[in-house]
Amino acid sequence: MSAGVGVNLEDLWIRFGDFVAVREANVHINGGDFFSFLGPSGCGKTTILRAVSGFLEPSQGNVLIGGNNMKGIGPNKRPTALIFQNLALFPLMKVWENITFSMEIKGASTKQRRKRADELLDMIALTGQGEKLPAELSGGQKQRVAIARALCAEPDVLLLDEPLSALDLKLRQHMRSELREIQKRVGITFIYITHDQGEALTMSDNIAVMRDGVIDQIGDGKSIYNDPNTAFAASFVGENNVFRGTVKQVIGNEVMIRTNRSGDLMARISTANQGKLKQGDEAMLFIRPEAFALAPAGTQGDHFVTAQVTKEEFEGSAFNIFMEGEGGKEIKVALPNVGQSFESHMGEAMTLEYQVKNAVALPAGVLATE
Amino acid sequence: MKNFSLMRIGIWVYLALFFSYLLGPLVIMSVTAFNSPGFPRAAPWECLTFEWFSALFQDERILNGIKNSILVGAGTVTLSVAMGLAGALMLTQIWPKLRATYYTIIIAPILIPGVVIGISTLVFWDRVNRLFGLEADSFLSNGLFLTVIGQSTFIASYCMLVLVARLQRYDNGLTEAALDLGATHAQAFRKVLLPFMRPAIASAAVLAFLASFENYNTTTFTFGEYPTLTIELAQKVRYGITPAISALAFIIVVLTVFAALANEAGIRRKELVAAARKSATVEELESGKLRLPGFLSSNAAAVILVVVAMMTIAVVGTAAVYSPQQCIADVREQKRLETDLKVQELLQRRAEQAARRDAEQAEQSGQEPTTEDTTPKASNNSGFGNVFDPGALQDDGTDDPEEEPATPGNNSGFGNVFDPNALQSD
Repeated sequence: MSAGVGVNLEDLWIRFGDFVAVREANVHINGGDFFSFLGPSGCGKTTILRAVSGFLEPSQGNVLIGGNNMKGIGPNKRPTALIFQNLALFPLMKVWENITFSMEIKGASTKQRRKRADELLDMIALTGQGEKLPAELSGGQKQRVAIARALCAEPDVLLLDEPLSALDLKLRQHMRSELREIQKRVGITFIYITHDQGEALTMSDNIAVMRDGVIDQIGDGKSIYNDPNTAFAASFVGENNVFRGTVKQVIGNEVMIRTNRSGDLMARISTANQGKLKQGDEAMLFIRPEAFALAPAGTQGDHFVTAQVTKEEFEGSAFNIFMEGEGGKEIKVALPNVGQSFESHMGEAMTLEYQVKNAVALPAGVLATE
Repeated sequence: MKNFSLMRIGIWVYLALFFSYLLGPLVIMSVTAFNSPGFPRAAPWECLTFEWFSALFQDERILNGIKNSILVGAGTVTLSVAMGLAGALMLTQIWPKLRATYYTIIIAPILIPGVVIGISTLVFWDRVNRLFGLEADSFLSNGLFLTVIGQSTFIASYCMLVLVARLQRYDNGLTEAALDLGATHAQAFRKVLLPFMRPAIASAAVLAFLASFENYNTTTFTFGEYPTLTIELAQKVRYGITPAISALAFIIVVLTVFAALANEAGIRRKELVAAARKSATVEELESGKLRLPGFLSSNAAAVILVVVAMMTIAVVGTAAVYSPQQCIADVREQKRLETDLKVQELLQRRAEQAARRDAEQAEQSGQEPTTEDTTPKASNNSGFGNVFDPGALQDDGTDDPEEEPATPGNNSGFGNVFDPNALQSD
């Protein structure tokens, strides 16, 4: 296993008839990275994966794996292994036969295959389960068999197409850390497709956020969460309160936005858009629910919004407080549950304070509808 | 409550009627295979005999027909399953807009009468044959070749239907997974798709063989020098049938029952094994010492299969040592006695009639001598010149009952050809 074979997508376009599935994708994936494509269903992320694995020829542009152009090279000749959304384990083969299928293709002896299967079964903590059929395994076990099968082919790049989406929450969380663990151990490049921002944030070294075939932003989890490039990225990754308005005044990297319903609010301009927002531009201001601090009505902080509590919700790790600002503006606030008793403010008017560094101003754009 | 039980009785009665309608002919036919009379009949029961089975196996034409049927069947199975699989794969790959049209076209041979397929096969290949300037005995006009081609024309469509049903449940991702793991398309087909299709291919093959084996109306145009079993049977029936055909039918029925039971037992066994595997621990699977259920345990079909097999062995064993000669001789003797008795009765009746006529003649004599020769005609009211008179034959022959024993007892309606004594009488 050669550690760290990079993948480059150069000006990649994929069209199906008139429909453009992927538009001008330029992505550089470092060797040994855990890289995620994150986006809602239908955004073209699976299409990109299929282009990398070789099931799809791009309409334009190139896929480079380890610096080699993959044009005209079939999926069976590429140094990639794909883990399918439904896993696609061969139902009639035993687990060990499934895992070592790639060796069977190359004509390895049964003895060699058995040995390798045992090693991989040990690695995925399924020691001794080789004689079972896939149908006799649980969801998480199947998952791990699919990973072992892909790893057995000794790929330079492992591609995963929403492999956890069929699992229940507990198992999904467990598999997240397990996948990350495996990736660190084998040291090969993982390309991971998901619509679940939690998965992308927890596992990835780098994330590409996609919308309608376009890559909005590429960066590590923290920068995407805290410093989104577009309104879509800001609204798709994590929860966000959005305030629409126009730019009233630009002060360096900060901006004063005249919002439609909540008065003038200060925010910082996201890194990618610095210098692009001008006075009078349509803009959006994003403040995360956890960035607000609740204060009694009438408190005059530096930066605040006033609103009335309409609903209170206990989520376990946090209290969700739903509020209504001026003109019916809905605002969500999340207070971390740190042990102290929660004081209900149902129906009361409150002041929501925030800090400018936690409010991001972006040019107006399409929001994720979730 | 009462209505309910009435309904249940009704259902049982219905089932009984249904199954007797369905299986009655088979049962009666099977009985005729063991009855000694020369014409297949179940009643009256005469003697238990296995001679029809040995007669069957000595009949060159039937044996040859079976051989040809098996050859044609093998060819048809190979060709139709291959074409059916190709057609089914095509159906899943074809451009969706064309799918309905393609389906209709490929199903059409089922709807075309077999006679038409037979004629068109013959005409078409004859044309092709001439096109290549070949002789009339070339491969392309060979009966085996033409029959296989003709039958496969529509049997392939049946196979396709069976295969499509399974193929629709195939996840194309499996092929992609195989390709992704380095397999070529051929390897993916052979190692992933084909094993998945295996049960359907087996069903299609059985279906194709049966359809080929029983086909008559296409084959009748194409068989040439290779008459199949159905052709031979049809030709035989024209000259009258013997219970040897019942014997053949019985063998086929028994083989079918065997196959059905074996299949059923196999399926049940698989279920039991799967259940046992499911509840097995890892150690048991590892060591290979998993205790699987016995073949006969909770498997009714397997038990019946074994019983039927033992019964068959018993019957074959009996047949090897059993000789019905004594019984047949007894029956013949009994028949002869019955015939004698009937002849005696008839003679007696004729004697009485003659006596009465003589008396009448005596009364009329001297009064109207002209009526003397018309009086016997008065008793003949058949209008067929007396030929159907039971006594007509004896009138000019001798009166020896040994010479004409069968005539009065002949009720078969086949001009006596099936009478066991028919051959001896001359």
